Amino acid sequence: MSVRVLLPNAFQKHTNGAKEIQSSASNLPQLIDEIEVTFPALKTHLRDETGNVRRFINFYVNEEDIRFLGNEKYAFKDGDEVLLIPSIAGGCWPDGQTRFAPNCKCSCCSYCGQEECACY
Amino acid sequence: MALSYELCCRECGKRYANQPLSICDECFSPLEVVVDLDAAKKTVTRESIAQGPTNMWRYQALLPVPEDYVPQTPAGWTPLLKAPRLADRIGAKNLYIKNDAVCMPTLSFKDRVVAVALANAQRFGFDTVGCSSTGNLANSVAAQAARLGLKTYILVPADLEAAKILNTQVYGANLIRIDGNYDHVNRLSSQIADRYNWGFVNVNLRPYYAEGSKTVGFEIAEQLGWRLPDNVVVPMAGGSLITKIRKAFKELIALGLVEPKDVRFFGAQATGCSPIAKAVKTGADHIEPQKPSTIARSLAIGNPADGVYAAKAIRESGGWAEDVSDVEIVSGIQELAETEGIFTETAGGVTTAVTARLYAHGRIKADDLTVSCITGNGLKTTDVLAGAYETEEAIRPRLTDFENYINEIKELNELVSGGGNVR
Repeated sequence: MSVRVLLPNAFQKHTNGAKEIQSSASNLPQLIDEIEVTFPALKTHLRDETGNVRRFINFYVNEEDIRFLGNEKYAFKDGDEVLLIPSIAGGCWPDGQTRFAPNCKCSCCSYCGQEECACY
Repeated sequence: MALSYELCCRECGKRYANQPLSICDECFSPLEVVVDLDAAKKTVTRESIAQGPTNMWRYQALLPVPEDYVPQTPAGWTPLLKAPRLADRIGAKNLYIKNDAVCMPTLSFKDRVVAVALANAQRFGFDTVGCSSTGNLANSVAAQAARLGLKTYILVPADLEAAKILNTQVYGANLIRIDGNYDHVNRLSSQIADRYNWGFVNVNLRPYYAEGSKTVGFEIAEQLGWRLPDNVVVPMAGGSLITKIRKAFKELIALGLVEPKDVRFFGAQATGCSPIAKAVKTGADHIEPQKPSTIARSLAIGNPADGVYAAKAIRESGGWAEDVSDVEIVSGIQELAETEGIFTETAGGVTTAVTARLYAHGRIKADDLTVSCITGNGLKTTDVLAGAYETEEAIRPRLTDFENYINEIKELNELVSGGGNVR
């Protein structure tokens, strides 16, 4: 079984630029452990001093907030897409550079968002 | 500070230079703007403010925009009205309405936050701006971006009120309806903001955007003759406004512009989407997300970004939060219109109904100076009043017909008043 995990720009400073991983975790606690093993640098940023996952980090499974699916009890299904998003996070630099991801997708314009720009 | 303001993490306190960034890269918590009040103290006085324009930019020195910024949109400076007839009806004696139903240019308090957000979008060099919105923000971003010549992409839940959709499209904005609720829209906005080089006013520009709400608090204090009220009642969607009014009062105290006072903050939500009110009532330190189901669509945010801070501000101030049903929301709209001549949207119905309940339950004392914040205009949500009023049959243009008609109405009214309260 495998789920696709998408990481936000905000994490990439701590993940050497990795934007997604494949995981064989079967639930949320396992997934968080796996992320921390894969990206040790992320660990201290992901949890607070008491060891809990920071409260502003949201998890979504196939567009649904995992808290509506049973949270830690939800069993991942093969092919699930898991999305991590800190509340209100997101953003690129206007000049095509982002603070976290040096190669923000489209550098020619603000519109197409494609890796290979279709705006010419 | 190089400038008189910068970004600061609300949790770990890490400071950041001004940039389009909304969360801390250390603890992934929200950032907010801190203004250098020591620097402001030297220049900001009641007199310097009075000499400013009659709009929110009279407080420019306390807002996160470059010193030489020339404002393009005269938003704010809305009426603070004594509300004696509404007060009579709900058992209050010293009630005021802060009426952002007539905020310019798009008839909601969002004009304030967008004015600050777009000033920063221009400063950071964005040529395109966007937002996720429950409607009022969409209207305001579309209008103000048009005025500044910025391109716009605006994401809204598909079931938004028709007026709010039209009032976005008319400005030439690219409106994208999303098959989902606001929380779905908001999540998608975060992903889009990660990928596209746009200034999302309530994502990567959020720290600047949110500061615009302080002007509601500045105005209340100035319009009361530079003093603070006892209580403020504020509608809550994402929960930002209530925290920023409190921040505004604290800044005015720190600047010595008003006497220190512990103002109590009261939050208003619709029962069909009341995650913050629930947290206040249960004493929880976290927000349990909800799936919204209410006619107050402008407040229908089930996972409010500033929810924990709103609940904390309410508790710390000694205030409370309440939530009201859809029926009460419509009654609230009607009561405010009938007593004070202010036609508000559903969010204002929520605030009015909650205000009434807070007096009824003794949470607010009759003699307290209380300000109820009305944040949007009723012309945008007329659909909730569909069927509330009959369209009378036309009469012929003759005096006898008119008099017959008047007599009929009188009889009907006597019948109604004799039959008790029918509404």
